[in-house]
Amino acid sequence: MEPLLRLKNIECYYGPVLAIKGVSLMVNKGDIVAILGANGAGKTTILRTISGFIEPEKGEILFEGKNIAGLNPQQAVRRGICHVPEGREVFDELTVAENLRMGAYLRKDRRNVSSDVKRVLEYFPALRQRYRQRAGWLSGGEQQMLAIGRAILSKPRLLTMDEPSLGLSPILVKEIFQIIRRINKEEGRTILLVEQNARLSLQTASYGYILEVGRVVLDNTTGELMENEDVKEFYLGIQQESIRGKKRWKRKKVWR
Amino acid sequence: MDTNYIRRRYLIAWISDAIKPRRDIVMFWQLFTSGMALGCVYALIALGFVLIYKATEVINFAQGEFMMVGAFVAFSLIHFAHVPFWITVVLTLLIMAAFGVLLDRLVMRFLVGEPAFSLVMFTIGLALFLRSVAGMIWSTDTFAFPSPVSGEAIQLGSVAIAPGDMLVVGATALLVLLLYLFFRFTNLGIALQATSQNQFAAYLMGINVEGMFSVVWALSAMVAAVAGILLAPTLFLHKDMGFIGLKAFPAAVLGGFGSIPGAIVGGLIIGISENLAGGFLLPWVKDIFAYLVLIAVLIVRPEGLFGIHEKKKV
Repeated sequence: MEPLLRLKNIECYYGPVLAIKGVSLMVNKGDIVAILGANGAGKTTILRTISGFIEPEKGEILFEGKNIAGLNPQQAVRRGICHVPEGREVFDELTVAENLRMGAYLRKDRRNVSSDVKRVLEYFPALRQRYRQRAGWLSGGEQQMLAIGRAILSKPRLLTMDEPSLGLSPILVKEIFQIIRRINKEEGRTILLVEQNARLSLQTASYGYILEVGRVVLDNTTGELMENEDVKEFYLGIQQESIRGKKRWKRKKVWR
Repeated sequence: MDTNYIRRRYLIAWISDAIKPRRDIVMFWQLFTSGMALGCVYALIALGFVLIYKATEVINFAQGEFMMVGAFVAFSLIHFAHVPFWITVVLTLLIMAAFGVLLDRLVMRFLVGEPAFSLVMFTIGLALFLRSVAGMIWSTDTFAFPSPVSGEAIQLGSVAIAPGDMLVVGATALLVLLLYLFFRFTNLGIALQATSQNQFAAYLMGINVEGMFSVVWALSAMVAAVAGILLAPTLFLHKDMGFIGLKAFPAAVLGGFGSIPGAIVGGLIIGISENLAGGFLLPWVKDIFAYLVLIAVLIVRPEGLFGIHEKKKV
């Protein structure tokens, strides 16, 4: 079966830097796929390339079988790709209600929007109390919820999320990830997730890619990844009695 | 007695007479209402400044000239094509909207991302350009613009209000109400606000950001045209009438540059207070009073009446 999204050997620049050096990945319909990696690995660049902000230098982005490389962000949204950006980026001076309305900006079926808004408010009861308030006055967690809710309202076939846990308290992070799982299960939305919180995203996703300085160094089902020694040590931070009796800083990652 | 003494007495008498508050309530209200009409025109031009600045961060110094062009277009339609007044208004709005869109598509789009200084120089240049082109087309004469309303002044108690002033205030109130409803309840209006608050997120929602810029230029050209049609019958029609934009600019700054209610309140404050100052203090104070008010307000509230401190994002 043709996957929903397939990147073929993407190369792109972030400013003058070649940030993505030939990345290929696949997202199947109905899955949650996680991309893990340290700062500067190129995770955000990949997501921005998919949603049309960055044009790839080389390679193909196949979405539902069609190459969408080089489309502008508006066209990407029309095709059904919605991006939840890093750092929330809500419209500060608009109310929660108006923010959600902007999520459905391109939708033609205006009638169903209000019932969809209701469903979003069920996912995020905190937003219901703040429905008529300005988004700029919400807490960070509420703003993240709003950004996710706003994205769902565009009815995306692919939802890309950039660091939804950034700057949130551990309890809130757990809550957000639970809701991400619910959105995937109850609405059947395909989600591509970029995260630094490796443990939670491996628990949430079904497949994972590990990115280091612009290259995919490892990919597998998340169950397998969690068993991987390198992932355990460098991403999950599980200190083991070293097998080879070496100190941690002396150990090398196998994939290099 | 020596002449110096007389001269001094004379000067003191003249000054005390000039600054003595005349407790003339009728005159106060008379000046207040005509100042309000003038303030409405300032408010509309200030509104044009604010609309463009909020969405595109360009300060359009040609806003007054937009008004002048709008007034001349309306004048030509009435005078040369003999179009009835109300149809003229609609046609002028459409022509000015097209003018705004073309200006954005053909010129402003290529200046996106240029330093603020070049943009300011460009709009000043545009103002000069429009003034001289208007001079070439409509000559440098002063024309009388036919007023849509005529008749006796309306007596409100002992205060007489000119029907022209009533029209200006009424039309401005209507326009502001329409703009409020547009920004508050229509999808396009909210998308315009969204674009001016966060362009990146607007792109993410699938909003056509470049299209929104065109809409904003069209909108402010239309508001300017309304200001021109309202101002021309009460003042005059001349290629240099755009200089009134220099009075509307302090109105926009006073309101906090970037706040739409601020622009309206700022325009009214400046129009009313300068009229009162001209009547009760010295006649020549009228021309500088806008700036005096501005300086006084900015000392107390540097961010303007309705402005908010620029917050740093954490």
